[in-house]
Amino acid sequence: MATLKKSSALAPRPRTAIKSGGTRPPGALALRPISRPNGVRASAPGGRTPPELIFGDLWEYDPAPETADPKLLRRYELFIGGKFVAPKSKRYFDSINPGNEEKLAEIALANAADVDSAYAAAHAAQRDVWGKLPGRERAKYLYRIARLLQDRAREFAVAETLDGGKPIKESRDFDIPMAAAHFFYHAGWADKLEYVAPGRRLAPLGVVGQVIPWNFPLLMLAWKIAPALALGNCVVIKPAETTSITALKFAQLLIDAELPPGVVNIVTGAGETGAAVTTHPTAAKIAFTGSTEVGKIILRALAGTGKKLTMELGGKAANIIFDDAPLDQAVEGIVNGIFFNQGHVCCAGSRLLVHEPVADRVIAKLENRLKVLRVGDPMDKNTDLGAINSAQQLKTITELVESGVAEGAQMYQPPCRLPAKGYYFRPTVFTQVTQSHRIAREEIFGPVVSVLTFRTVEEAIEKANNTAYGLSAGVWTDKGSRILKLSTELKAGVVWANTYNKFDPSSPFGGYKESGFGREGGRQGLLDYAQLV
Amino acid sequence: MVDLTTLEGKDTPGKVASLCQKALRPSDNEQVPPVAAVCVYPSMVRHAKKQVGGTAVKVASVATAFPSGQAHLATRLAEVRGAVADGADEIDMVINRGAFLAGEFSRVQDEIAAVVQACGAAALKVILEVSELETYDSIRAASFLAMEVIRPGDFIKTSTGKTSLNATLGNNQVMIEAIRDFYLDTGVAIGMKPAGGIRTAKQALQFLIAVKETLGDEWLTQRRYRFGASSLLNDLLRQVEKERTGAYQAPYYFSEAAESY
Repeated sequence: MATLKKSSALAPRPRTAIKSGGTRPPGALALRPISRPNGVRASAPGGRTPPELIFGDLWEYDPAPETADPKLLRRYELFIGGKFVAPKSKRYFDSINPGNEEKLAEIALANAADVDSAYAAAHAAQRDVWGKLPGRERAKYLYRIARLLQDRAREFAVAETLDGGKPIKESRDFDIPMAAAHFFYHAGWADKLEYVAPGRRLAPLGVVGQVIPWNFPLLMLAWKIAPALALGNCVVIKPAETTSITALKFAQLLIDAELPPGVVNIVTGAGETGAAVTTHPTAAKIAFTGSTEVGKIILRALAGTGKKLTMELGGKAANIIFDDAPLDQAVEGIVNGIFFNQGHVCCAGSRLLVHEPVADRVIAKLENRLKVLRVGDPMDKNTDLGAINSAQQLKTITELVESGVAEGAQMYQPPCRLPAKGYYFRPTVFTQVTQSHRIAREEIFGPVVSVLTFRTVEEAIEKANNTAYGLSAGVWTDKGSRILKLSTELKAGVVWANTYNKFDPSSPFGGYKESGFGREGGRQGLLDYAQLV
Repeated sequence: MVDLTTLEGKDTPGKVASLCQKALRPSDNEQVPPVAAVCVYPSMVRHAKKQVGGTAVKVASVATAFPSGQAHLATRLAEVRGAVADGADEIDMVINRGAFLAGEFSRVQDEIAAVVQACGAAALKVILEVSELETYDSIRAASFLAMEVIRPGDFIKTSTGKTSLNATLGNNQVMIEAIRDFYLDTGVAIGMKPAGGIRTAKQALQFLIAVKETLGDEWLTQRRYRFGASSLLNDLLRQVEKERTGAYQAPYYFSEAAESY
């Protein structure tokens, strides 16, 4: 990389478009007409100290803790057949608040027998009640669930933040409203299914087994349950073991919504419980969101069973910044792309591809922006980066970051103070990264971005697609033709243009290659929960 | 930070004298300092200089066929030299918007460079006339055209005050971001002057906050930031009096500069 950079730096660069003829349209001038010779950083030449802006006497933020009562129980049971039942395993595990490492509650551990009774309840409910209800009746329940979620949004947001470590502003403004939006959206579809595929009818699949991850616990639950119920399926769902609480609070909400017993069953536990859910013979379909590694295990186990499958797996998204992009806005997009939810986002923009003429400037702006990111107590309304979800994930991130340093990439972390208790990790930027570094290939699932550069559109496409994953990508440019070209040639399920991490229930989400298959949301998402007859 | 301005066909030596006296003593409150500069047409420079020469108040002169700039370059440069010879400390030039909109960017820049030469020791403010450039892209581009050829301590300025739209928070932001990026790139600090449309202290505060957040403390001085706004002055004085007495005073308690006659 070092030699690559050097030779490119020596390439002649026109000083300005304006100087060299003045024939460019003003649009092209959005590009800064100044360019530094050799593309080196402003700090380098002549040993002069780099110019700095002085922001003098800034006021410190006061603590702004969210104080609403999350209404947690000390112990949560399994939710099977419309009731909370003690696990046949007779075992419980602790749910920890990653923000301060304190125990929040005890969660029941479901074994194969528990999963079996969950499937039995779901099967009966699907056969006798839910499968027979007309769509408009199912819609009423879904609308009711959505409205109850909105009613209790604050309580759910606090519970989500305590359990998962994400900043309260994200659970409050994104997770919970988005979860409600998915129920509203699919409630709208439930009585209009005959229009989805003209000439064909959509019939339910039966009982669906679902396993969801810990990064957006309630939102992933909504993505899974809402379309399944809208189409007349019943559900056995397993939340991630570190983030079961909002799912079980949601179970209480289902009781309050008077959803018929057995339509939704929630079994909690770790990998073994998940294996029992995914391999159960009653399941007509398995929907999984999680790591590619576990996804492959499920695929192997289910090969030949004829079950319908959707997999939403890992990602290593390229966020591509061209030289004509509005750089300040692009930097905000980079920050949103990789530091949203501490980078625990499968579609996180973890590989930053920057056009070489603006690379130094973008990196300088990004590092400056990092200095004012607030890392700390997830319950504080001013916090930008909360806690890493678990000690284990913190270990994974730390290990990958160490590999980045060991392999010769340049690391930058802002000098922020981290809380003494809890799992925290500084926002991290790696420069001088090459395609073969581990940090450019493996999904880190943390607040770590690897910066690579490119010179031409073709190089950007090639580098962006040089990964086993293909979930999402971002493009930042003023030029519409580039956006269109890249959106076709990037092998990614979602390509965002001049924005990042934008979601809507009507917009299908899903991957290519090892990022999985099947779509969630939109009309396409419905088809994954139905059989065409 | 305020430049008091009179730029009208009906300006007379007497009116300019009145403006200058207001500039020197905005208020009978001893603690209120004089304004940064008075801004007049070239023919009024020597009258203004008579009033404020030797004081902290500078004489700024618009030049280069203000406000349209539609005159031959030789004429415009001669106007600049004349104003400087009459004693102008600062020159407020207008860019050639016709050339800019026709795509002749190098010509626009060369003309600015020629004016810099003609200025000699006088400081230069380059008026982009943002309402005629219309788009933010053009405003940013024109900012860079100017900044590349002017000297440290010179200014870029939003508008002449002679068109429908003058300084807004939006175009102010585009220009101060251009100044910021240029500074971080080259280390050359350029000043900023929003002009026209800023009438109240509350509005001025919003502009100053934008400066504070974008450029930082170093720009919060009259060397690097100026308001081209005459009616702002008496509103500032009203606020000062309100802070002092706890009540708003009637407008007739504040002496007028020149704007209403």
